[in-house]
Amino acid sequence: MNIIISNASSDPIYMQIMNQIRQSILSGELRAGDSLPSIRQLAKDLQVSVITTKRAYEELEKEKLIDSVVGKGSYVSGANTDFIREQRMKRLEEKMIEIIQESKELSMSQQDVIRYLTLLFEEE
Amino acid sequence: MTNAIELRNVTKKYAQFTVDNVSLDVKQGYITGLIGPNGVGKSTLIKMILGMVRPDFGTVKILGCQMPVQEIDIKQRIGIVSDDCFYYEHLTIREMKKLIAPFYKKWNEQKFNRYLEQFELSPRKKIEQLSKGMKVKFALAVALSHEAELLIMDEPTSGLDPVFRREMLDLLADMMQDERNSIIFSTHITTDLDRIADYIAFINRGKLVFNEAKDEVLERYTIVKGDLQLLDADIRHKFVGLRETAVGFEGLVDNRQDAERLFGSYAVLDKPSLEDIMYFSAKGGRVYA
Repeated sequence: MNIIISNASSDPIYMQIMNQIRQSILSGELRAGDSLPSIRQLAKDLQVSVITTKRAYEELEKEKLIDSVVGKGSYVSGANTDFIREQRMKRLEEKMIEIIQESKELSMSQQDVIRYLTLLFEEE
Repeated sequence: MTNAIELRNVTKKYAQFTVDNVSLDVKQGYITGLIGPNGVGKSTLIKMILGMVRPDFGTVKILGCQMPVQEIDIKQRIGIVSDDCFYYEHLTIREMKKLIAPFYKKWNEQKFNRYLEQFELSPRKKIEQLSKGMKVKFALAVALSHEAELLIMDEPTSGLDPVFRREMLDLLADMMQDERNSIIFSTHITTDLDRIADYIAFINRGKLVFNEAKDEVLERYTIVKGDLQLLDADIRHKFVGLRETAVGFEGLVDNRQDAERLFGSYAVLDKPSLEDIMYFSAKGGRVYA
């Protein structure tokens, strides 16, 4: 997982950290049970305040995306699978809409697209 | 949350200025930056924490122990890095170390040698031959080699080049991996603190202006820039500090929501730096350039 902080961004740093970890979880790059760097290690790596990384983790806990256990650190929670699935479905839908628009531009029929998709599905 | 340092109503009167009734908590597990212009009482405050200056009034508590009654115990557990050099100039680093080490029960020779190597300090060099930056490095090596729980630093970065300043931030973050440790750090070079400080205590004219989480301070304040025609007497009052020139104004407001409501899209609202906050608060009122 990479976290990149931009000073030019208008988002506060804790939000940038939060958004990028959330993105890694939603994209499936981080899976349930994967451990996250400790609050203090992450603060050191990013050269930011401990309070900043702490706040990012607390917000993610509120969204039930991560769990923190005293003495053991933080890891990706398995609790919010519905939310994660819902978010990923939404992204899939966006991509499908893109496909539909693209195929319309190529003047393919609905049947053509479905046939093409079926073919690709079988090859996978 | 426990406090590494607790100052209560600390007062010290001098002919030119007064540290006036300062109560300050330095939280355990965090880095607190003490900021303020030169000559407003930062160093006096640190000297009072260390027992080098006795307050006229008020109490100092360090790591749960009362100063100066338990001073000897306390000093085992703290590390000090200062702009001033407290070492004997005519001794070499090795000789000086031999003098200091026996005072500390938890002296770690291996750690000390590792820091000397890392900081490229030769043990054979005399203290008087060291540059200002090298003296700070030596003090830092001593401070980090006796398992200090509290690091007190008075203007440590003023004599250091930007490369080592960045490296020092990493060393401090290393120390902060243990949440029982704490650091207080006085400086007027606020860019160091922009990065790693958790809390900012701002001292001006001998008084504590605020002691708050850095993120909250930076979110609360805003810089407003705009056309001079936007200013009238009431609006001028909203500013902590204001700088007016022939081509517009720039000022600091301590309530961002207020400023957003007041100026809407008529002015530019910018994120302030700690330096902005220090500059406008120190100047106060109106500044004409």
